[in-house]
Amino acid sequence: METARHNILEGRKDQVHRKGQEPFNMACEKHSLAGSVSQRACVFCGSRVVLYPIADALHLIHGPAGCAAYTWDIRGALSSGPQLHRLSFTTDLRERDVIFGGEKKLYHALVELIDQFQPKAAFVYATCIVGVIGDDVDAVCKRVQEEKSIPVLPVHSEGFKGTKKDGYKAACDAMGRLVGTGDTAGIGPRSLNIMGDFNIAGETWLIKRYYERMGLQVVASFTGDGRIDDLRRAHGAALNVVQCSGSMIHLAKDMKERYGIPFIHVSYFGIEDMSRALYEVAEFFHDQDIVDRTQKLVRDEVSQIMPELNRYREKLMGKRACVYTGGAFKAFSLVRSLRTLGVQTVVVGSQTGSKDDYDLLRKLCDEGTILVDDTNPVELSRFVQEKGADLLIGGVKERPIAYKLGLGFCDHNHERKQVLAGYEGMVNFAREVYSSVCSPVWKLVPGRRTESEASGEAAAPTLLPVARKVS
Amino acid sequence: MLLRHTTAEVAERSALSVNPAKTCQPIGAMYAALGLHRCLPHSHGSQGCCAYHRSALTRHYKEPIMAGTSSFTEGSSVFGGQSNLLQALNNMFTLYDPDVVAVHTTCLSETIGDDIPQIVDKANEKGHIPEGKYVIHANTPSYVGSHVTGFANMAKAMVDYLAEPAAMKNECINIVPGWVEPADMREIKRLCWQMGVDVIMFPDTSDVLDAPQTGEYEFYPKGGVTIPELKQTGASSATLALGHTASAPAARALDVKCNVPCEVLDLPIGLAATDRFVDALRRTARVEVPQYLENERGRVVDVITDMHQYFHGKRVALWGDPDQLVSLTEFLVDLDMRPVYIVTGTPGKAFLKRIEKALDGRVPEAKVKQGLGADMFLMHQWIKNEPVDLLIGNTYGKYISRDEDTPLIRHGFPILDRIGHSYFPTVGYGGALRLLEKILDALLSDQDKNSPEESFELVM
Repeated sequence: METARHNILEGRKDQVHRKGQEPFNMACEKHSLAGSVSQRACVFCGSRVVLYPIADALHLIHGPAGCAAYTWDIRGALSSGPQLHRLSFTTDLRERDVIFGGEKKLYHALVELIDQFQPKAAFVYATCIVGVIGDDVDAVCKRVQEEKSIPVLPVHSEGFKGTKKDGYKAACDAMGRLVGTGDTAGIGPRSLNIMGDFNIAGETWLIKRYYERMGLQVVASFTGDGRIDDLRRAHGAALNVVQCSGSMIHLAKDMKERYGIPFIHVSYFGIEDMSRALYEVAEFFHDQDIVDRTQKLVRDEVSQIMPELNRYREKLMGKRACVYTGGAFKAFSLVRSLRTLGVQTVVVGSQTGSKDDYDLLRKLCDEGTILVDDTNPVELSRFVQEKGADLLIGGVKERPIAYKLGLGFCDHNHERKQVLAGYEGMVNFAREVYSSVCSPVWKLVPGRRTESEASGEAAAPTLLPVARKVS
Repeated sequence: MLLRHTTAEVAERSALSVNPAKTCQPIGAMYAALGLHRCLPHSHGSQGCCAYHRSALTRHYKEPIMAGTSSFTEGSSVFGGQSNLLQALNNMFTLYDPDVVAVHTTCLSETIGDDIPQIVDKANEKGHIPEGKYVIHANTPSYVGSHVTGFANMAKAMVDYLAEPAAMKNECINIVPGWVEPADMREIKRLCWQMGVDVIMFPDTSDVLDAPQTGEYEFYPKGGVTIPELKQTGASSATLALGHTASAPAARALDVKCNVPCEVLDLPIGLAATDRFVDALRRTARVEVPQYLENERGRVVDVITDMHQYFHGKRVALWGDPDQLVSLTEFLVDLDMRPVYIVTGTPGKAFLKRIEKALDGRVPEAKVKQGLGADMFLMHQWIKNEPVDLLIGNTYGKYISRDEDTPLIRHGFPILDRIGHSYFPTVGYGGALRLLEKILDALLSDQDKNSPEESFELVM
């Protein structure tokens, strides 16, 4: 087979680890090796995905049309009100602007757009080209802010200035300038901000409902179904609850420093992590009423989903999964959630995990599990085949690879179509995994034996990897 | 309403695009390069460009898209991307073993002024490019032209780097198919073979981006024009370039370099444009048009005459790439429909003239907009002012379709929410038939949905 000849690049050897082999010294947070088919994106991408869900802001991309075209409404971050974030605005820089500078164009674009759309604030994303031609984006933003009396915030997201993580930081810097500028009247002591949930398929709404049932007030959501006015008064909240380790930590730290607001890390994926999140939040407030409400919530929700979850677990017992996510934090939850479903994680990796992340992943996984940082399709497909995975969890670029190999797939990224967070999300996740992994369509794939053939008997769950043609 | 922010009042915009009807050059270069057998496209720029292009192509084709990136850093933006490209070439040939790497630039690498041929020479000196392997390149600054320009530039690079002049010409005809779908490329080849014409098509994405499920992940699917074939293009007796924007530069370069005469035709979409293509094949290859093809054409005409009353006077809005728009407009006018709004974000001088010719003076109310401010926001504003019966264009029209309750036929790039475009051609007579079916389906379904009970018809 074609891929058999391909080896792991020498320079990437220490970004792959097999649990059980010593020493464990995972290299990560490295710039990708030039020439490898990396699944990673750029600084701009990081900023764009974080800020995008703020629905009543103008998001103007200062650069050639491409950066705006590729990020036009590609993330299912839902808004309960304005839909301004789903339009694509770009200064559409041309050769002339590259030579003479794009500041004038940026100024006019901002003024025209603010007049027409009356946004609550404007974010101006600097792209690669802006970083090279040296437009003073800050100055233009400042000028328009004064003229139009709304916050106009530069986002320094030049693509080449680091990784996606640096883009998160640029986004946090921009939002940090909003926080503290609003009126905190009406915010009580039992209050919090939701950070790092992007309301994909409506997940923020679900989480918000949980907190409200616990008797807590949600001040602002960064940034799912986000609103500028909420962000501006977010410093009135008693606690920041941070999901998605990479994207929001800078802002959480900044708010702790400036306003003394403590933060906790949580994950909303899977029963274990979801419940732990709610309990940790409840404990923070030292209020028995909140704790009682939380216990009831968890009890009710868990008992409601268990019967259905058990049905899926029966079908999925012994299956094997490969998990490849953007941030590593989600990978932790996925490994746990899959275990809840009886599925073993045999390959796990992320685009942007840190050393601590991989250390934790290693502890979480079974012996022999392959850990990868910033992998590429060749590696990934090889590991998947070697480990006999039945399921790949990833994003848009991984999906067709899984299907070509005849594997089940679950999108746990921008393109997920239903809530995967929370308790009902766990059921959706189980259903999605089941419907793909146990789909009869894989029987149509050449070279893939059916389950009954592999195990020697019909309908029995099997621990055998499903054999696939390897030459 | 999703596009509630769209106002009917059209304001003159001086400095921006809202919901662009184009994207940038590099993705076109990447698409063209995928039509070269065992080629690894390479994006010389930041990592994000490559990730975005791969994602966009993946969403459109539902196929794995492989490409390398130079992974620019802050350092590369100051000191140039030479070391990145050298390392990348070395890594790619070592790890992925392509026959050829097709490098395209980005706004970043263009602006800092990286000289790709010089870097490739250096890679050769250092032994990074194995014996018998190739590196080709195209300059594709994102702030010039559009994705179509990028396709044209990479197709031309194939000629510049690989075509070899030959004193003796053979009977073969080169076809540059333009930015069309794999199914269209397959259909064009079928048409040629049916006429007994031997062709080399480049680029050719059939069997690359519509690869069958085999249970294996093929890093390089079996399709694509091969390097020996590309070398042979210089010995062909003629080149037919389909589409002025996407295909003419490659064909003209081949004429200059290898003295292969070329004819630039419209994309063979619709009856008349297909007629011209078939006729050009007949003249250039000196063959007869087989009865089979005549019959295929006859069936198209038969459907048009059978159903002409449903086409009459229907107002259509279309957007997309210049070459597609010109041929579609001509076809719609032939059907007695009224293409009233036409928008492309792709610049290029001759487009407005070609559209005018295609409109043939029969749609005086037609509005055509190109370049700056020619975007989906403007299109929606036009439609709000005076509605249309049908939309034809890429997936980005679905917002307008929903808000204005107007049927949409998906055509062009990208199509992110349906299948079919990779598998069913819209070129040739078969393609015309499919377009007719789609147009009628859309119009008649709309009539069924919206007609009052008393005039709801069983027989149409």
